[in-house]
Amino acid sequence: MGKHEAQFPTDRVYCWNHMWRKSEGGRFRFGLSAYAVRLLQDVYFLDWAFETPAAFKRGDEIGSIESSKALSALFAPMDGNIVSFNEDLLDDPSTINADTYNDGWLFEMEGETGKAMSPENYLKFLDQAWDKAQKTLKKQLLTEN
Amino acid sequence: MADKLTVVLSQSQNKHPARRGLEEDIATQLLMEKDVVVSVIPHLYDINEKHTAMLFLRSIESDVVVLSWLYPRAAHWMLDRYQVKGHIGDVLLKDDEDDEGMEDTDDEGSGIGAADLPDRHIYTIDLRVSDRHEDYLEEIRRIAKESKDRSQAQKAASQLGFVSIDSVTSTNGEGKVRQELMAPTRRRWYPVIDFNRCTNCMECIDFCLFGVYGVDNIDRILVENPDNCKKGCPACSRVCPEQAIIFPEYRSPEIAGANLGGIGGLKIDLTKLFGGGDAVSTAASERDAELVKDGRDAVGWAVGIPKRQEGIESEPKDELDDLMDSLEDVEI
Repeated sequence: MGKHEAQFPTDRVYCWNHMWRKSEGGRFRFGLSAYAVRLLQDVYFLDWAFETPAAFKRGDEIGSIESSKALSALFAPMDGNIVSFNEDLLDDPSTINADTYNDGWLFEMEGETGKAMSPENYLKFLDQAWDKAQKTLKKQLLTEN
Repeated sequence: MADKLTVVLSQSQNKHPARRGLEEDIATQLLMEKDVVVSVIPHLYDINEKHTAMLFLRSIESDVVVLSWLYPRAAHWMLDRYQVKGHIGDVLLKDDEDDEGMEDTDDEGSGIGAADLPDRHIYTIDLRVSDRHEDYLEEIRRIAKESKDRSQAQKAASQLGFVSIDSVTSTNGEGKVRQELMAPTRRRWYPVIDFNRCTNCMECIDFCLFGVYGVDNIDRILVENPDNCKKGCPACSRVCPEQAIIFPEYRSPEIAGANLGGIGGLKIDLTKLFGGGDAVSTAASERDAELVKDGRDAVGWAVGIPKRQEGIESEPKDELDDLMDSLEDVEI
């Protein structure tokens, strides 16, 4: 998948929507994986569509992110309450690029976690999904120009 | 009055000092312009048919400039819906990123076009484009000249001249902010159709289950009951194959009436890769949420899903979905 090296720390797990998840004192902290950040490139806009705390079902739209090249809606990675988000990112979302796995965290949730992938399984997932992702991206580039 | 350009300044819903300040600066400057008459009205999207400001807008028969905190496309077609019709005036003061501009002529775009256009131009300007009142003043002066030149050319050609009805509205002292125009409004939420894009395919009327849409006497789609619309729900705009339906207050610029090619238009949409469904699935779930709030049953994909989606409905999941599904079951 691409020639850029991406790091996937082994102290956390990875979700279907390309977010990482880490336990932080009874809460679960989420951020974007290096893969997601690599697709986005330079993030300059992040917007949440809610005030904390807010309850969500897995897959609910919670906000949006935009970079110089791309944009995406963001989705709740699990059922539960989002109890806080990373306020610092609202001023400067580029921390998502600079420190993806630490200061670039997005939000914290409470609730029952669903299943997630180990770094090894996430890598397998990416390998298999990459062809499909490429097709999706190429198709957009062709139809939009 | 016909020689003066009417400028209507539509105030922001929010009373943010920066916004109010810009509005006041522009209005004050325009009061001193000799070729311009300025009026201030509430937020355009919120005024209904019976509001004095709407009656005022309808009474203007000549060229008009409307300044509002809305995308120009949204403002233009909002006015069109309320019978404030005219050709699209070419505005040069616009978002830098917005290379395409609004379809500058009325027959650009693949839509059915506006019906019964009177021979005048409506210039809609977005107040978010610049925070300098001088920029707006300069553009309005340019438009005033363009408008004057055009009307003189028309006069010469037709020898009829322009007959201005001295209506209730514009005679009450130049540039006065009339209290009736500023009668309070409540916040509204409804779709606005861009008829330069709309092909009258009727997918929106099939999809909406809240009776918002209807047809006019020549079977053109119409936002018949705007206030039946569900606040916050943009679902019908997602099923529109031409992206002709605007929700001016929706948070994403495309749906709020920004031009494709402007903000985000040339960007890659990663939503599907980042866990989102396609637009039609999102629309169906948004509609279901509103049905349930009303105490009705959710219908999912069973009602009014566009015909072009039929093939997809039978195989809603692709390989990537299957892969994602299977991986969700992977134990850590």
